[in-house]
Amino acid sequence: MLDIQKIRADFPILKQQVNGKPLVYFDNGATSQKPQVVIDTIVDYYSRYNANIHRGVHSLSQIATDAYEQARIKIQKHFNAQHNYEIIFTSGTTESINLVANGFASILKKDDEIIVSALEHHSNIVPWQMLCEHTGAKLLVIPMSYEGELLMDEYQKLLSNKTKLVFCNHVSNALGTINPIEFIIEKAHEVGAAVLIDGAQACPHIKPDVQQLNADFYVTSAHKMCGPTGVGILYGKEEWLRKLPPYKGGGEMIATVTFEKTTYADLPHKFEAGTPNICGGIAFGTAIDYMNEVGFENIAAYEKELLEYGTKRLLELGNIEIYGPKDLNKKASVISFNLKGIHPYDVGTIIDKLGIAVRTGHHCAQPIMDFYKIPGTIRASFAFYNTREEIDMMIEALKKAQMMLG
Amino acid sequence: MSIKEIQDEIVDEFSMFDDWMQRYEYIIDLGRALPLIEEQYKTEDNIIKGCQSKVWVHGEQIGDRIVFTADSDAILTKGIIAILIRAFSNQKASDILEADTQFIDDIGLKEHLSPTRANGLVSMIKKLKMYALAFDAKN
Repeated sequence: MLDIQKIRADFPILKQQVNGKPLVYFDNGATSQKPQVVIDTIVDYYSRYNANIHRGVHSLSQIATDAYEQARIKIQKHFNAQHNYEIIFTSGTTESINLVANGFASILKKDDEIIVSALEHHSNIVPWQMLCEHTGAKLLVIPMSYEGELLMDEYQKLLSNKTKLVFCNHVSNALGTINPIEFIIEKAHEVGAAVLIDGAQACPHIKPDVQQLNADFYVTSAHKMCGPTGVGILYGKEEWLRKLPPYKGGGEMIATVTFEKTTYADLPHKFEAGTPNICGGIAFGTAIDYMNEVGFENIAAYEKELLEYGTKRLLELGNIEIYGPKDLNKKASVISFNLKGIHPYDVGTIIDKLGIAVRTGHHCAQPIMDFYKIPGTIRASFAFYNTREEIDMMIEALKKAQMMLG
Repeated sequence: MSIKEIQDEIVDEFSMFDDWMQRYEYIIDLGRALPLIEEQYKTEDNIIKGCQSKVWVHGEQIGDRIVFTADSDAILTKGIIAILIRAFSNQKASDILEADTQFIDDIGLKEHLSPTRANGLVSMIKKLKMYALAFDAKN
């Protein structure tokens, strides 16, 4: 059981008022709020041991390097990667995806196929389109049902010995669907394809075990799971990371440099050119500690309660359409909906005035909005620090919006 | 009336409201009364594309004036474009080009100028001024 009041006290931002109303923050899918302990880590780093890492012999550099590498180990353990050098620090999910896409540019050939799901964020569509343009490979799409679930029969029909890569998010950012990634990975491996899982929306709710999943690549961002912005990871199986060429050239990623030839550093530094987001990496480690202290089982159980309660209250409003799986066991704590006959932007603007922060729009997933033939949705995404009372406040705000706009 | 006089009139009207609710209700009413664009002008060229809502604007030269019509799929956006059209429609191109938009601040809609509202006032004003610029050049 979670002590919600104690948890809420950990997040200073939640005490604030917006437009004269207590803040109800339901835009956790975009970014989560940060607990004091993460904020303290950032302040502590810059107050006490800011130094560049992996290169200085002086003490501060040593302390900073140790803290950064400790964070890598924390992340490795959290995701259950086999080796700490299979965790590459990046600026976030988008960069992680681009790193892999860039690497495959030298591997893919004309007429190879890559498969992407219909539920993807633009950041998991555009890099592959660019890759296809560059290599002549083809992009195939796993279609989805009206309830926002990927059609596994159709997926299996797409697979062949031409398939080289499959990309899918673990949880859909637009609808909250938890995708059957175990099955997707298993079937892709049967035809010898590699699989990249985008875990940006899953990691705030689920603790993935990359070895058990047998994912070739798993990517995520710190800022959606109580960590700072501008840092994330690429997990890759050692064999794949050795196969892929470096993504960026610069300091730190080299072993020796002459004007004739450069040899690259070993993993993970091969992919970490330049001075990294040192503070961000360390604070990401703190965020992971914090979330594990709260406990992912507790988080999942509590968020499921919020999802069930929120769904029930929204349906009671009437004149509403909720998108995504009807079976709430197949969903993370995200509710994507529209008030019938009212534009989501209008609703978002009105309820913002009442202190309710939700996301409105296409959620960087235009193909999904095209599928439903809608301009966008209102997305309320709950975190473990949200409460039923806040859901009640959102419902009251939505009633007001219905009254004004309907 | 000149653009400035109309803007002052709008500021006056909005000053009667005590809170945001009344202001927004008025914007919604204005949206419902917007001079609607004819269907034939709802073209790709006339659309102001952005993240949140669609807006179409059409400008036509009648005599030495430009007359604007518009539409949007979101009612608040319609209200905001209605306010702009009231100030800028039926005016001379040169006057439209010279006019400032301080009155938006004065009526408490500054947040709609924020860059997060890609379809906010900034791109709408730009579109109206582009029409004025085109007609001005033609003359």
